Amino acid sequence: MSRRRFAALALAALACTSSDKNDDAGGPASRSGSVDLTGAGATFPYPLYSKWFSDYATATGVRINYQSIGSGGGIRQLSEGTVDFGATDGPMSDEELSKAKGGAIMHFPTVLGAVAIAYNLPNVTGELRLSGPVIAQIFLGTIKKWNDPKIVALNPGVTLPASDVLVVHRSDGSGTTYVFSDYLAAVSPAWASGPGRGKDVAWPVGLGGKGNEGVAGQIKQIPGAVGYVELAYAKQNNLPVASIQNAAGAFVAPSIEAVTAAAAGVGARLPANTDYRISIVNSPGADSYPISSFTWLLVYRQQADSVKARKLIDFMRWALTDGGKQAAALDYAPLPPAIAERLRQRLDSIQISASGG
Amino acid sequence: MILAGVAPGDRVYQLAITAFALVVPALLVLIAIAIGVAAWPAFATAGLSFITSSEWNVQAGKFGAAPAIYGTLVSSFIALLLATPLAVGVAIFLSEIAPKWLRQPVAFLVDLLAAIPSVVYGLWGIFFLVPMLREHVVPFLRDTLHLGSTPLFSGPAYGPSMLAAGVILAIMALPYISAVTREVLLAVPRSQRDAALALGATKWEMIWDAVIPYARSGIIGGIILGLGRALGETMAVTMVIGNRPEISASLLAPGYTMASLIANEFTEATSDLHLSALMAVGAVLFTITLIVNAIARWLVWRVASGPRS
Repeated sequence: MSRRRFAALALAALACTSSDKNDDAGGPASRSGSVDLTGAGATFPYPLYSKWFSDYATATGVRINYQSIGSGGGIRQLSEGTVDFGATDGPMSDEELSKAKGGAIMHFPTVLGAVAIAYNLPNVTGELRLSGPVIAQIFLGTIKKWNDPKIVALNPGVTLPASDVLVVHRSDGSGTTYVFSDYLAAVSPAWASGPGRGKDVAWPVGLGGKGNEGVAGQIKQIPGAVGYVELAYAKQNNLPVASIQNAAGAFVAPSIEAVTAAAAGVGARLPANTDYRISIVNSPGADSYPISSFTWLLVYRQQADSVKARKLIDFMRWALTDGGKQAAALDYAPLPPAIAERLRQRLDSIQISASGG
Repeated sequence: MILAGVAPGDRVYQLAITAFALVVPALLVLIAIAIGVAAWPAFATAGLSFITSSEWNVQAGKFGAAPAIYGTLVSSFIALLLATPLAVGVAIFLSEIAPKWLRQPVAFLVDLLAAIPSVVYGLWGIFFLVPMLREHVVPFLRDTLHLGSTPLFSGPAYGPSMLAAGVILAIMALPYISAVTREVLLAVPRSQRDAALALGATKWEMIWDAVIPYARSGIIGGIILGLGRALGETMAVTMVIGNRPEISASLLAPGYTMASLIANEFTEATSDLHLSALMAVGAVLFTITLIVNAIARWLVWRVASGPRS
């Protein structure tokens, strides 16, 4: 008990959170100022979310305060009930869901992200092609040289150097790592039974960089380096990125269209009662980029405060309707229209208690 | 009781001052208790292997912090090894040798090193120090000094490494050691110098035999202050050390430190055991810092109470 309270306190201190928080999400709104909703979580979608919140405040006057403290922090704060909604890049585990104090938590995908494989090969121009098993072997440390026959076989006509492959990975816990390791586990049995999937992984080889910028900085500095960064980050920094063989056998470069295609490929087969805690890595479809993922908003199914609940649902309906338009401009892939429509209908299943407000 | 019979104002004052004085140690104790309680599940699960095992695997729930403990100690040791002679040299130059007009500007610039935010040191490390080590210093150590065959400088050298962390920590610790040493040297009485010179000492003999011994305990205090800076530094080290939880004899291999480990993993630690393991790393770091400070106190006390040569 005290340990958990301490964790929450430490978290609050770490995030320099504002003081206007309720101890109980269900309690009467006692906050000062004009903030109507508070949220916390993933850093990856933060640039887009902050644009959404500012546009939404302009359009409706509803103000939303979001702290991009990381998916783990968002999950913890929502579980403790110190925020009205959370946000995460990796779906919550059953264990995490069972610990939430406010009951069942629902996952709502908002946009899509992708992980790009960036590299530094000064004398290689043009496209570098990689397949899932080859990427897994590079990150397992079994492929050690750039001119390994397995890489050469994927890249006919490209002269690859005989230099060492230097793996760069994230050192901080990250949703990006979750998506990437989820993909490696999906395409490589050796990876699945070894390092496995998670936000922090015991990497067999390589250097750790803090944040996308840390990984990108080391890739840029070290010839022969290869690592993974968010697509938006790779695009905005013009890093060379590999085309990756998808489940249909086609080599696809990371792009917004290819990521949305990956979601559409999985979305077409979703059962009606899905909880949306789904992985879209290695998605079927010839146009799908295989290392793609949803990012989610987390809300309680049972909303105790009716005023806040209506504001939250209205905002989510707006985000699922108009939010996708801003996504592409900021290098996020919008949801396929069919999934967005299903999610709008799913908002009706959030239950608002009669009391409160 | 001590102040029985004195004016009530004095009594209030005494109580207030005593309370203030007790708040600080109480804070320390509370921090220790809070960290200890939060860390307990990890210690209970991992046992002694928490500080002896090298396996840090969040997915498997295995937490062995030995590489981070090793990295913290080794990087700080490298930092002191590099920074101490330089910092003491700067301080001696500024207090004993430099012409008056040069003292203030140089002292100001050295002190300014302490004002640079550590993230800026980290950026400088990534974009200047690490490439320079890889392209110039490492070839020099291996080809010119033929140190490549020793374990300390063996293996592949990608740049981010224990050595890079040690060098950057040395630069960060230097102003602390130098500032304290300079003040201590300036506090050495004029008569101490005059006496040495009157006995026919050269300037060097005067500094080495009369001034330094007098200031010894203060200089050690400055070094310990620098060590404290090095042990706890997080951001700059995280950016250049390579964040690899492995113990390697080579200084050119990447490593990890306790502070970096906590900074890297805390935000995304969701499982209770993972969180507890990070708290346990904090507890170990806290303990090591306490031990180092205790040793420093003892050293200062021993030096100060011993006979002066």
